[in-house]
Amino acid sequence: MESKEEKNTLNQAILKALQLFKSSLPIMIGVLLLISLVDLFAKDYYLHIFTGNFILDPLIGSLAGSFSFGIPITSYIVGGELLKKGVSLIAITAFIMTWTTVGSAMLPLEASFLGKKFAFIRNGINFVFAIIVSILTVLTLQLF
Amino acid sequence: MKNKKKQKRINGKMKFFLIVVLIYLIIGLINFPIAKNALLNFLNMFLRILPILGIVFVVMVGINLYFTQSRAKKYLGEKSGIKGWIYAIIFGILISGPPYVLYPLLGDLKKQGMKNSLIAVLLYNRNVKIPFLPALIYYFGLPFTIILSIYILIFSILNGKLIELLVDD
Repeated sequence: MESKEEKNTLNQAILKALQLFKSSLPIMIGVLLLISLVDLFAKDYYLHIFTGNFILDPLIGSLAGSFSFGIPITSYIVGGELLKKGVSLIAITAFIMTWTTVGSAMLPLEASFLGKKFAFIRNGINFVFAIIVSILTVLTLQLF
Repeated sequence: MKNKKKQKRINGKMKFFLIVVLIYLIIGLINFPIAKNALLNFLNMFLRILPILGIVFVVMVGINLYFTQSRAKKYLGEKSGIKGWIYAIIFGILISGPPYVLYPLLGDLKKQGMKNSLIAVLLYNRNVKIPFLPALIYYFGLPFTIILSIYILIFSILNGKLIELLVDD
């Protein structure tokens, strides 16, 4: 039998979703505004920077994602828009991965609640994994 | 204390947004057509993602109805065993909220006996978000979404095993 604590009411569920949206919108809109602006100047250079290289592209993507933060949907939207502008899929995949799994901005907070050693090792592993996962995903996708 | 930290983060996000608006204003004063084109570019982008955000919101409400922090505590505690790994994956996928909300919860669970490896597994699976999948499919297609999700699941376990080896509980 479920206790009352184990289930939210519809109002609580809506409120929780609204709060998440409310707190995420400034970052989401801000990043999209920045992309729209930077794109006017950088759109001719994407293909020169992201050549499809299996090491450099995911490395750049992973670094960019590591210094960004927010809920995953923001990275999907930002990544999707950058893909349309010509950034390689392998770089975008690495960017999406590190956006959520590596949190440079959140590192002090993670260390304070979960321990310094845990936070540093986890983020280090996730950075390397993001590069590996992005390469594997694109390679697997090419098989189909 | 927790509320203060949360408030600080929200302010940081608003600051970031306001700085971007300020950049637009400055560019608009120097070269109005550039700012106007960038803004139109943004509006075009934002209008396109609105329906996706609507779907995301509805799915998120559905998951919030049945998933609570008390359930996470119940299934990820000290004696969770092998099932704990499975629950860590499931909860990582289902749990919503930004890291600054999750870390205090996980810190609390750790004090109650949750293993570092399970925390790592849960955090890694935050990347597979059911409510956000429509956006991922919209931009990258179904095959990409399936392949990436499978790799995230596999690597989350490797992540947990590595943490188990490298970090003492």
